[in-house]
Amino acid sequence: MNKKNGTANHRIPDFSLSPRIDKVGVEERVSRFQTRSIKTSAKLQGLKMVLNMIDLTTLEGKDTPGKVRQMCYKAQHLHDYHPGLPSVAAVCVYPTMVGVAKKGVEGSGVKVASVSTAFPSGQAPLKIKLADTKFAVSEGADEIDMVISRGKFLRGEYNYVFDEIAAIKEVCGDARLKVILETGELVTLDNVRRASDIAMYAGADFIKTSTGKIQPAATMQVTYTMLEAIRDFMDETGIKVGMKPAGGISNSKLALHNLVMVKEVLGGEWLNNDWFRFGASSLANDVLMQIMKAETGNYQSSDYFSID
Amino acid sequence: MGRLEVLKTYKVYIGGKFPRTESGRYYTPTNAKGEQLGNICLSSRKDVRNSVVAARKAFGGWSERAANNRGQILYRIAEMLEGRKAQFIEEIIFQGATKKDAEKEVSIAIDRLIYYAGWCDKYTQVLSSVNPVASAHFNFSVHEPMGVIGVVADKHTSLIGLVSLMAPVIAGGNTCVVIASEGLPLCSVTFAEVLNSSDVPGGVVNILTGKVGEMMPPLASHMDVNGIVYSGDDKKEIKDLEESTALNMKRISVYSADWMNSDEQDIYKIADCQEVKTTWHPIENIGGASSSY
Repeated sequence: MNKKNGTANHRIPDFSLSPRIDKVGVEERVSRFQTRSIKTSAKLQGLKMVLNMIDLTTLEGKDTPGKVRQMCYKAQHLHDYHPGLPSVAAVCVYPTMVGVAKKGVEGSGVKVASVSTAFPSGQAPLKIKLADTKFAVSEGADEIDMVISRGKFLRGEYNYVFDEIAAIKEVCGDARLKVILETGELVTLDNVRRASDIAMYAGADFIKTSTGKIQPAATMQVTYTMLEAIRDFMDETGIKVGMKPAGGISNSKLALHNLVMVKEVLGGEWLNNDWFRFGASSLANDVLMQIMKAETGNYQSSDYFSID
Repeated sequence: MGRLEVLKTYKVYIGGKFPRTESGRYYTPTNAKGEQLGNICLSSRKDVRNSVVAARKAFGGWSERAANNRGQILYRIAEMLEGRKAQFIEEIIFQGATKKDAEKEVSIAIDRLIYYAGWCDKYTQVLSSVNPVASAHFNFSVHEPMGVIGVVADKHTSLIGLVSLMAPVIAGGNTCVVIASEGLPLCSVTFAEVLNSSDVPGGVVNILTGKVGEMMPPLASHMDVNGIVYSGDDKKEIKDLEESTALNMKRISVYSADWMNSDEQDIYKIADCQEVKTTWHPIENIGGASSSY
C-alpha cells in the first residue's frame, strides 16, 4: 500500500465540470460484464477472493456486544467444516462497538471498520462528526467509513462537502478513510461521478457506494461509474483509491460479476482487499454455500451454515 | 379454409410461475400410436435447484398457515380440477388410456384431493399423543411438517400418481418439488395451471418435467431437501435414492401402489412427511387424582 501525500500538490478541479455520464452506455457496458461465464477452478478462486474482500457488517440499533462478538468470531471462522478458507477483510460496526470488535478480532489480521459522522444520515454539525470520528479512532478503528452530507451536495455546496471530508481525513490519523456517497440519494450517475471526484480529491482512501439503509444501493451501474472515476483520478494524480460497493450484493454471482468489472476497468492490481471490498452481511454465507457446492457436488442448505 | 390449430406450449412450474427450462432443452414423448404428445421441457439440475429455493421460500408461510385454511385451499384445488375435468380426460386418452379409465382417473384424483383436504385440520389430533413418563413431567408429542419434500411421481399415470403423492405432502404443511412422469407428462403441466388458479401460494408445489434419471440425483442429494417420496418399484432407482439421501439423512418413503384404487389413501401418507416433536413440560404428570390441572 503506497503511503500518499494526498492531493495537496495537485490542482483541485472545478467539480461542477466533472464528466457527464452516458447512462445508456454504462448500462450497455455493465450488461456485458454479466455475460462472462466463470466456472470450475476459476470460480472457486474467485469465490475465495470474494470471501477475503468482505466487510462483515452489522449496523443496527439493536446491536449488542454479544452480537458483535459473534460476528467477530464468524469473521475468523467462516466455516470450520472446510479448512483453509480465508477470513473476511474486516468487520464493520458502529463507533460504540469498536472496542468490543477490536478485542473480538485481536491477532487475527481482520480489521475493524467503524462508520462515523452521524451515520447513516450525516445530518449533524461538523463538530459532532469530528468528535464521532475521533472517538472511533481512539477506540482503535483501523478504518473509518464516513458519510457525505448529501443535502449539501444536492444544493450544490460542493466546497462544504469537500472541506468536510478533508477535515475528517485529518482526524483519521493512520486509519484509512472510506467515503460513503449514498448513491441511492444522489439519484443520477452524473452526481455519483461528481461526488466520487470530490471525495477522492478531498483525501478518500476508499470510495463506497452506500450505507445499506437506502435502496437502490450498490448497483453495477453505480459501481462502474465510480470505478471509472477512480481510474481517471489515478491517471490524473497517480494516487490509487480503493472501491467498496455496499448493500444489495447478496449472492455470489453478482459478486463475481463485480470482480470481473474491477479487473476490466482498473486491472488486477485492485483485486485484493487493500483496494476492493464488499460491504455485505448475507453475502458470506451464499459464497460459502457455493464453495461447498463446488467442492462436494451437492446443493447446500443454510441449515448447515452459521447464522448471519 | 381450414383453421390451423394452436398447440399448447408445455412449460414447467416454479415458484408460482411458468418459465421454460433454464436449459432450453425439449423432448418429444409419443403415445402408443406414435403420435407426438408435445414439446415438453427437459428440465436440468439447475431447474431442480431453482425449484428447491422457491419451495424453501414458500415453506414458512405455508407451514404457518391455519390448518383449516390449508384444507380450504386443497378443497379449492379439487373444485378447479372438477371444472377442467374434460381437458384432463382428453389428455389422458391422448396419452393412451381408454375413455373409461381416463374418467375414473380424474374422478379419483378429485376425490383424493378432497379426502386430504379433510385431514388438514384433523391429522395432528389423531397422530399426536400425550405420553406417560416416569417423572413429574407433562410429556407430549406433536407432528410438524418436515420442510421441503422431493416428490418422484408415479411413472405409469399422468395425473393420479402425482396427486396421490403431492396431496398428503402439502396437507401436512410441507412444500414440494415434483418430478412428473417422464413418458406421460401432459397432465402434470395442466395440473400446475389448476394449482396456479386455486389459491395455492407460489412455490408450495413446483412441477418439473424431464428425465427422472437426470433430476432425481441432484434432488436427492440436495442438502436443503428434507425428505423424498417416491412412487414405483425400480430397484436401481430406489437404491440410488437411498445412497444419495444418506448425506443429510433424508427420510425416504417408497410407495408401490395402484393409485387408481380408491382406497390408496390414508393418514399415514401424511405422517410419512412429518417430524415428531416431543416436549417435556416440567409441571407434573397430568391426570392423577391429585393433579392440579
